[in-house]
Amino acid sequence: MTALTKVVIVGAGPAGVRAAQMLVRNGLRPTVLDEASRWGGQIYRQPPLNFERSKKTLYGFDAARAESIHSTMNGLLAHVDYQPDTLVWNAEGGQLDVLRQGQTATVPYTHLILATGATDRVLPLPGWTVPGVFSLGGSQVALKFQGCAIGQRVVLMGTGPLLYLIAYQYAKAGAVVAAMLDTAKLTDQIVALPAMLQQPTVLAKGLYYVGWLHSHGVPLHSGVQPVRVLGESRVSGVVWRDGQGEQTVACDAIGIGYGLRSETQLADILGCRFYFDDLQRCWLPERDDVGRASVSGLYLAGDGAGILGADAAEWAGERAALALVADTGGRLAPKDSARALMLDAKLAQSRRFRIGLERAFPFPVHWAAQAPDDLVICRCEEITAGDLRRTAQATGTVEMNRLKALSRVGMGRCQGRICGVAAAEILAHCTGQTIQAVGRLRGQAPVKPIPFTVSEPPALGESP
Amino acid sequence: MTEQRACDVAIIGGGIVGASAALALRRMGFSVTLLERDRCGSRSSGVNYGGVRRQGRPLSQLALSQRAHEIWGRLPELIGTDGEYLRSGHLKIARSEADLAALEAYRERSRGFGMGLQMLSADMLRQHYPWLGARAVGGSFCPEDGHANPRLVSPAFARAALEMGANIREQTRVDSMVHDGRQFVLSSGTALQVRSTFLLNCAGAWAGAVAAHFGEAVPMVSSHPVMAVTEPLPMFMNLSLGVEGGGIYARQAPRGNCVIGGSQGYALDEDRARPSREALSLVLQRTVELLPRLRHGHIIRSWSGTEGYLPDREPVVGPSSTTPGLFHGFGFAGAGFQIGPAVGEVLADLVQGGTTRTPIAAFSITRFTQYANPVFRR
Repeated sequence: MTALTKVVIVGAGPAGVRAAQMLVRNGLRPTVLDEASRWGGQIYRQPPLNFERSKKTLYGFDAARAESIHSTMNGLLAHVDYQPDTLVWNAEGGQLDVLRQGQTATVPYTHLILATGATDRVLPLPGWTVPGVFSLGGSQVALKFQGCAIGQRVVLMGTGPLLYLIAYQYAKAGAVVAAMLDTAKLTDQIVALPAMLQQPTVLAKGLYYVGWLHSHGVPLHSGVQPVRVLGESRVSGVVWRDGQGEQTVACDAIGIGYGLRSETQLADILGCRFYFDDLQRCWLPERDDVGRASVSGLYLAGDGAGILGADAAEWAGERAALALVADTGGRLAPKDSARALMLDAKLAQSRRFRIGLERAFPFPVHWAAQAPDDLVICRCEEITAGDLRRTAQATGTVEMNRLKALSRVGMGRCQGRICGVAAAEILAHCTGQTIQAVGRLRGQAPVKPIPFTVSEPPALGESP
Repeated sequence: MTEQRACDVAIIGGGIVGASAALALRRMGFSVTLLERDRCGSRSSGVNYGGVRRQGRPLSQLALSQRAHEIWGRLPELIGTDGEYLRSGHLKIARSEADLAALEAYRERSRGFGMGLQMLSADMLRQHYPWLGARAVGGSFCPEDGHANPRLVSPAFARAALEMGANIREQTRVDSMVHDGRQFVLSSGTALQVRSTFLLNCAGAWAGAVAAHFGEAVPMVSSHPVMAVTEPLPMFMNLSLGVEGGGIYARQAPRGNCVIGGSQGYALDEDRARPSREALSLVLQRTVELLPRLRHGHIIRSWSGTEGYLPDREPVVGPSSTTPGLFHGFGFAGAGFQIGPAVGEVLADLVQGGTTRTPIAAFSITRFTQYANPVFRR
């Protein structure tokens, strides 16, 4: 380790905070860049400063973990260069391009830990653009950050553990959860039990939520196929289908999500090699067991490089930091060497648990076959499933970037971050290919839109 | 097993030049195999700014450019899509009296090529184009120039050629090529061998390697323009905009997105390029000077590409000086999109009869190969 080592961490969620903690403990002073205005990430997102609600209210069972992340980072502030409200929108030549309060700047680094986190994996259904439809994560942010619910009578649908957690949180907060609609079947969850016993406490938490929801009369329907959202100017209900046929439930808001999607654009721009992950059904940047990416000096931690959950994100953050310390010639204290071994074991266990979770809440692989032609896939550009199918058929398109070029899907503000998953499913289905074969949209700067006037243009010496 | 193909014409490169040559040759009845290492129109032909402009080209290119203009007018019947092509007009503004004089001199010299250039005073600019920000002392307007969507147009030429019976081989890299005294023999790994009477070198910024392979190296260098696009905005600009002296250009697509370009990025590797942060920031700054209303807009995507430049900024179009049956079409100095379809037709003419009605003498490869120690004017 030399004085020239300059470590930057992108993200101040569980992975980023634990990475920072471990680096500081080993004598480094990292820079921590975070898009949010307070640390904690999405899962332990903190309310604005003037909101005062207890951690127990905000985070439930995870209050202790949230508190630990928050207080750890609080204690680190004097030892790191913490830059909140900072979007990293590009990277080039050992420097990150950041945007902060309308100004761009560059942040140099020699070593980089990406802890960029994840967003919802969303699959559209007819009517999903009606006001009142949110992502599951968005529904949770409303509760944690704003202290408000997305509606008074809410339906939560999709699949994944978040579905149950948010239903619990909403019901606890006093909202009426009119229904939970899970596309996974109960049998999926039973089959997955052995693998999920890898993390019995997590499993127990999940079972508690299910039990609590059941005992409080929150209706749960498993193995459903979402049909459509009702309402014109505002959500009025949702129709789904199960073994008993089509059913309708009235509601004024809907939260939808099918698990999480890693935010990988920065890893892509930085030149990381990607592989197709069968389990998570997506392309992910390669990382070795301790978090090294395929690019030298670059480390990946947390859900930004594959979904393993918040606890594993903490371990991965620590582990990547320890690898970085060792890689830069630092000497690990004996207790840190021992800790590294323990972290490796925990991460391996998390990966086994993940196999169970993906089995318990499988991606609805038949979604594309059931998506009607007039279903809007890309909201930014108003591209429907039919548009994609017609483009693929008329032009012989078999690959995602070509589909984007010819149809505009993924060409809007989100740059495919929201619609990319669904578009790939449609293309793979209508061309009879695997999801792997259709490839992935290339990452392009900016990672998120940046304003034109990042600083006042120099005066031209001329009057308008 | 190696697939063996025999055809009249083999084409290296599925950009707008190679694809339009394939289309023209099929219409003449030649059998064609087109070899594209990636996807047709996936490089500069498909990711360029989308300017369809004659104004500003050297006089030597105007006959070729005029031929292209006629082709662009028939786009839907030719390739089955209008490719968002709009004859919106191209406005080139002058920011100094000297630049204005240059625009006026250009108008005088280019009379007779049918461009119908109109000089506009500063007052007229303000009156017609109130959204123009930078102080302009005048401008030159070419009413029938315009812009199109290269993502749609260039692949459509390849599809049209395919529908006309051309054998289009995407993701097929040419690994070896020889002329065995009778015909050309091209190989792509062990998968494919193509034998042809004629060979067209339409490999864009990578065409120099093909020429060098046949003993006529040219001093071509690559450049990487910075491109960026805004979110869709209410329509305000119904033309394509340039500045005398270069530096910045902008258009608004029918969807409302403003496409802007200028400056230079950098090569990521041999195949890929990116905008650099300095260049992107310069382009954004210059755009806001030119179009102040974009001040509060957002850039949602940036990109670059790889374009071949020869020292005199003229392309190479015409027969090889070393190998009978080989024809070149490359080196368009960042301005190949508009003339590409005409170059394709010219190459087809050359295959068919050895001559073309379009003057191309200025584009001969011999201008680089006939001197032992050429001195190039930059």
